[in-house]
Amino acid sequence: MTAIMQLSFDVNGAPVVVEVQARTTLADCLRHTLGLTGTHLGCEHGICGACTVIVDDAAVRSCLMLAVQAEGTRVVTVEGLSGDDSLTPLQAAFRKHHALQCGFCTPGMITTLHALLTDEPFADADRIRDVLSGNICRCTGYIPIIEAALEARIAYQGKREDGRR
Amino acid sequence: MKLAPLDYKRPASLQEAIAILAAHDGAALPLAGGQSLIPILAFRLAAPTMLVDLRGVPGLDGIAIGPGGVRLGAMVRWRDIEDEKRLAAAWPLLPAVISHIAHYQIRNRGTVGGSLAHADPAAELPGLAVTCDATIEIVGRDGPREIPASALFVGALSTSLAAGDLIVGMRLPPWRDGRRWAFEEFALRRGDFAIVGVAAYYDLDDAGRVVDAHIGAIGVSEYPIRLTAAEQALNGSPIDDATIAAAARAACAMVEPQDDIHASAAYRRALVGTLTERALARASA
Amino acid sequence: MKAPSPMSPNTYVGQPIERVEDLRFLRGRGQYIDDIKRDDQVCAAFVRSAVAHGRVRSIDATAALAMPGVRAVITAADFDGPIPTIPFRRPNPSIGPYAQPVIASDKVRYVGEPVAVVIADTAERAEDAAQEVVLDIEELPAIVGMAPAEANEVLLFEAAGGNVASVFVGTLGDAAAAFAAADRVVRGAFRTQRQTAMPMETRGLLAEWNATTSHLTMFGAAKLPFFNRRAMAAMMNLPEAQVDYIELDVGGGFGARGEFYPEDFLLAFAARRLGCPVKWIEDRREHFLATGHARESACDIEFALRSDGIILGARGTLFSNIGAYVRPNGITPARNMVQFLSGPYRIPNIHFEGRGIVTNKTPAGTYRGPGRYEGCFYCEQMLDLSADKLGLDRLEIRRRNLLTDADMPYRLATISPSDGAAETFCDSGDYRSTFERCIIESGWAEKAQLQGRLIDGRYHGLAIGNFIEGGASGPQENARIDVEADGMVSVYAGSSAIGQGTETVLGQIAADALEIPFERITVLHGSTTYLSEGWGSYGSRGTVMGGSAVIDAAQGLIAKFRGAAAIALDVAEKELHIANGVASAPNGRSVKLAQMAGLSCDGSFKNSKATYTFGAAMAHVAVDPKTGHVAVIDYLAVDDVGRIINPLTLHGQVTGAAVQGLGSVFSEELVYDESGQILVGSLADYLVPLATDYPTIRCVSLENYPSPNNPLGAKGAGEGGIIPVGGVVLSAVTAALQSLGVRPRELPISPPKLWALIQQAAQA
Repeated sequence: MTAIMQLSFDVNGAPVVVEVQARTTLADCLRHTLGLTGTHLGCEHGICGACTVIVDDAAVRSCLMLAVQAEGTRVVTVEGLSGDDSLTPLQAAFRKHHALQCGFCTPGMITTLHALLTDEPFADADRIRDVLSGNICRCTGYIPIIEAALEARIAYQGKREDGRR
Repeated sequence: MKLAPLDYKRPASLQEAIAILAAHDGAALPLAGGQSLIPILAFRLAAPTMLVDLRGVPGLDGIAIGPGGVRLGAMVRWRDIEDEKRLAAAWPLLPAVISHIAHYQIRNRGTVGGSLAHADPAAELPGLAVTCDATIEIVGRDGPREIPASALFVGALSTSLAAGDLIVGMRLPPWRDGRRWAFEEFALRRGDFAIVGVAAYYDLDDAGRVVDAHIGAIGVSEYPIRLTAAEQALNGSPIDDATIAAAARAACAMVEPQDDIHASAAYRRALVGTLTERALARASA
Repeated sequence: MKAPSPMSPNTYVGQPIERVEDLRFLRGRGQYIDDIKRDDQVCAAFVRSAVAHGRVRSIDATAALAMPGVRAVITAADFDGPIPTIPFRRPNPSIGPYAQPVIASDKVRYVGEPVAVVIADTAERAEDAAQEVVLDIEELPAIVGMAPAEANEVLLFEAAGGNVASVFVGTLGDAAAAFAAADRVVRGAFRTQRQTAMPMETRGLLAEWNATTSHLTMFGAAKLPFFNRRAMAAMMNLPEAQVDYIELDVGGGFGARGEFYPEDFLLAFAARRLGCPVKWIEDRREHFLATGHARESACDIEFALRSDGIILGARGTLFSNIGAYVRPNGITPARNMVQFLSGPYRIPNIHFEGRGIVTNKTPAGTYRGPGRYEGCFYCEQMLDLSADKLGLDRLEIRRRNLLTDADMPYRLATISPSDGAAETFCDSGDYRSTFERCIIESGWAEKAQLQGRLIDGRYHGLAIGNFIEGGASGPQENARIDVEADGMVSVYAGSSAIGQGTETVLGQIAADALEIPFERITVLHGSTTYLSEGWGSYGSRGTVMGGSAVIDAAQGLIAKFRGAAAIALDVAEKELHIANGVASAPNGRSVKLAQMAGLSCDGSFKNSKATYTFGAAMAHVAVDPKTGHVAVIDYLAVDDVGRIINPLTLHGQVTGAAVQGLGSVFSEELVYDESGQILVGSLADYLVPLATDYPTIRCVSLENYPSPNNPLGAKGAGEGGIIPVGGVVLSAVTAALQSLGVRPRELPISPPKLWALIQQAAQA
C-alpha cells in the first residue's frame, strides 16, 4: 500500500519526472519533492486556498489533488509567474496596495487571481470577491487585495476583448 | 494531516474500473474530482486501500441538451456547467443551483458524480436531483441500470450504491417553456455548505393555476427531501401571497431537522419556511 | 506612492513606503518554517489525549515502534527527574500549581494534551505511527463551564484545592462611596465566546542539536525569541549561550504564535536524545487543539451614574475561562479586563475583580487586544444600558465621559497583585477628538435617520464606540547598527516580525535617523544570534520600542562616525558637519558613513510607560429578522496613533484587525460539548471572515497627539483595530432591533443566535 509511482508532468514550463507515493498530494510533491515551497499549506483540507496552483489553466487546490492525478498536466505555481527580478503587474499592484502582510496566503491569492483575470480580465469587484471567497487571508481584511486585483486587470485586458472565456 | 497509505489505479475503461472496485469489495473507492473525498482522507475518516481514478475512463464527461432534457456525465465539473451557456435557457435552475457550490477552485475540479456519490445532506446537486425527478445512471457488476434520484440517497453521506457500482451520469427531465423557478440558499458564508437551501419550480395552466409544483430542501434531514406538503399547497391554486404563505407554512410543518454546532433545529425549520416563501415570491415575480 | 526624496531628515517616516518584504512574499520566495529541511532530519507527530479529563493508566507504543521508519516514541516515562513545566510570562503568587507539564504523566486535563511524541523519518510515517499508539486513560468527570468550575464541583488540580488560578483586583478611587452617592446604578452581565487567533500558517519548529558543542538551535521562532531562549535553556539545563532561536518568515501571529508551548520543549528534548534535527509542522486539525485559545469571558458589573449620565464609578467581577493550565499568558486577559475596562472613559472610582478559572479545555492565552477587546465590549454595552435607563442619547453619554487632554496623564485602575505594570497612565490625547471626527467622517447626521428603521425587510442600526489601545510594553528593546564592507548598513533589532512589516518600518526609522537612503539599509530581526538580549513583538510594541532602540543606535553610530571622521579628516569633531550620511570638514574634505566599514553601535530604549492610541469606530448594520443575518453596511475606524510611521502598514493593521473583529462578533466560535470534546476542528467549521463578508471597512488615522513617552512620539497600533469591534457592532445591532426589544448579551451573534433572540422577544 505504499506504492511508489512515477509521475511525469510539466511544472512552470519545464517537464519533470518524479517518484511519489500514491498518497502524496500535489502540494507536498511540489513543496517537498520539487522544492517549490512558494505553494503554502494552510489547512490541508481544501478550505483556505493558500495551496492554489494552476493546472491546465484552471486554479485548483493542490492539497485536494494527488500528485499522481497531475500526470500529463501543465502545472503553474507562484514561482512560475514572474521572472527573477521583476514583479508581474498583479504582484506590483499587491505591493502598491499593501495587499499582503504575513505573506502566507499570498501565493494562493496570486495564482487564483492570475487564473481568474486570464479568463475574465473584466471581472468586477463582486466577481473578484466571489472568487476570492475560496482564499482565506487573516491579515488584510481583503479590501486591499480587491483593490490590487481591480487595478491589475488592465494588464490582462489587451489579450481579450469580450471579457469572457 | 497526511493521507494514510493507499494504492492508486487509473483504469482506461469503465469495465476495468468496475472490476477493480468490485474486486476490493468496498476497500477501493472511486476518485472523480476528489474535492470531497480527499478532505475525508486527510482527516483519516475513511481508510480505503485503493483509489480508482476515473480520469482515464472515456465517455463520462459531456453535457447533452436535447428534447429529452439534460444529461450530465458523471465527470462533468461544476465549471463545465458554468461554461455551458445554453443551460441558462435550456435548464435555468441548474446553473442557478450550481453557482452556490463551494468555491472557484473547487468548482474547477468537483464533479456531478462525485457530489451525488458523496451524498452530503446539505449539498446542492443532490437536492436539485431529488427536487427535479432526476434519473441516476449507474453501471455495476451486473451492467447498467437507472434509479430515480430519490432512491439514491439513504442517509447522511450514504447511498444505495453497492461496491462496484459507479454513477456514470444524471438526467434531468425536459424543461417546459414558461416554467417558473427559483433557488434560495442560506449559508453562513459564501461557499459554505447550506444551512438550508430550497429549490422550487412550477408550471401554470391556462387559468393561471399552479400545476406540477416541485419544491425540495437541503440541510434539513439526512438527505435531500421533497417538500410535498408545500407542493400540495400550491398545485391547483393561483400563485398569490396567500398561496405562497400557505406553502411556506406547510414546508415548515413537514421538516424535522436536527441541531448541530451551526444552527438549531428550530432555526432550520424556520428557514425552510422563509426560503420557501422567498423562492416562490421570486419565481412568481 | 509619493516618491521620497532622500535629501532631508524625516524623509521616510510618515510615507507610504512599499514594503521590502513583499518582493520575496509575492514571488513565493519567503522562507517559512516548513520551507527549510535538513538532510538528516526526522519528523515528529504528537499523540494527544482524546478525553478532556482523565488518569493515564498506560501508554502502549509497541505497535507504533514496529512501524516502518519509526525512530522513537517519547512519553513521560522517558524523563528522569521531574517533568519541566511551561514558563509563565509574568510573576503571580497563585498560579504555580496550575503550570502545564510539557507532557502528560499521571493526568490529562484537555482534549489535545500531548501524551507521547512519535519520531519517524517522514511526517507521513510519524502520523501513521501516532495512530497506533494505544492510550488507556480512565475518564474523569470533565468541567467546561466557568460557573461549575468556580464551584469546584470537580478539581482539575487536587493539590491546588480550587479551580480559580488567579484573582486580580483593579482599584481606583473609592468605588463604595461612588455607588453610595449614585443617582442610578445599572447592572449588566455579558459574555464573549472562546476563539483562537488562527494565523494562516500553523505553528512549526525545527530543533537542531549539536552534540559537539552542546548547542541547541530552534528554527521557527516568533514573537519573543529571547524570553523563549531563556526558558528553554533553563528547562534543558543549558547555559543560555548554548541555545539560539532563529526567526524565519512567520505566517501571522496575533498573539497566539510564538508563546512557549509544550511541543517546543519536546522537540528540543527529542533532538538531543536522537542526535538529529527534529521537525514538526502542526497540522490544522491539531492547531484547534494545541494552539492557544482566547477570549472566553464573562462579566457581572455595575455602573454608578449621576442622572446627567456622568459615570461616578464601576464595580463587579470579570471571569476568564483560561482552560486546563495557566500557559505563559493565560491570566493576561483577566488582568487586562480589570485594568482596561474603563478604556477611554473617565471612571474615577473602580473596584473590579478578575478571576482566571481553569476548565477542561485547551489552555488559553492572548489574542490581539487580549482582555481589552472584551473589556471594551463590556464597557460599551454598559454605556448603552446606562443611556437607555437614563433616557440619554447613546452618543451623548459617551461624549460626557470621554477623557480630554486636561485629564492627561490619566491614571487607570491599579492592579493587585502587581505584575510589574500595576500602575499605568493614559499618555496623551483628547479622546473626544476622534469621537467627534468619527461622527463627521461617518456621515452620522445623515445616517441617523435610518436608526431602527425597517427598510426592505431589514432593520438598520448605527452606533459609535470608543477605545484605547495600550502599546509599547516595557521594559526595553535593543538594536545594533553595523556599517558593512560594501557600505550597506545592517540594522539588528530585538523586535520580531509576524507579518506586520518590521523590516520596512524599522528601515524607514533607521534611514531617517542616519539620513541615508532606505535602500542602503537591511533590517535583521527576531533571532537571538543578532543581539545578546532583546524582547520582541507583543503588546503593540514592535515598532515603538524597536524603532526607539534603532534611533538610539543610530544616534550613537553618528557620534562614532563623527569621531572616526574627525580622525580620518584630521579635524576636531566639533568642526564636522554631518548630514545625509556625509561628514564634511570646513576645508571641504568629507567622508561618507558608507566608507566606515566596521563601524558599529548598540542602542537601546528603556521605558515602562505605555502608550495609548485612542479612537472611535462607527458601525452601520442591517438585520434581516427572518434569518438573523446582519449585513455590515459601513464600518469606520478613526484613531490617533501619535505618529504615523507608514500609512500603508498602519491602515493594513487597522483594516485587517477590524475584519478579524467582525469574525469575532458574528461567526468564530470554538464550541465544546459537556464532556469537554471540542466540536470545531476544521476551517469549514471555524468561520473566519471571507472576502465576500465585509467589503466596506474604512479607516482614518490621525497623529495629533504624539506620545511623550518615546522619541518617535509613536503609539502601538497593532491591536486597536480589533478592540472596539465587539462593542460597537453589538451596539449597532441593539439599536437596529430596539423596537423589537432585542438586546443580545453574548457574542457571537451568529444568524441562528440572533434569530432565536428575535423569536424570544416576539414571544415575550
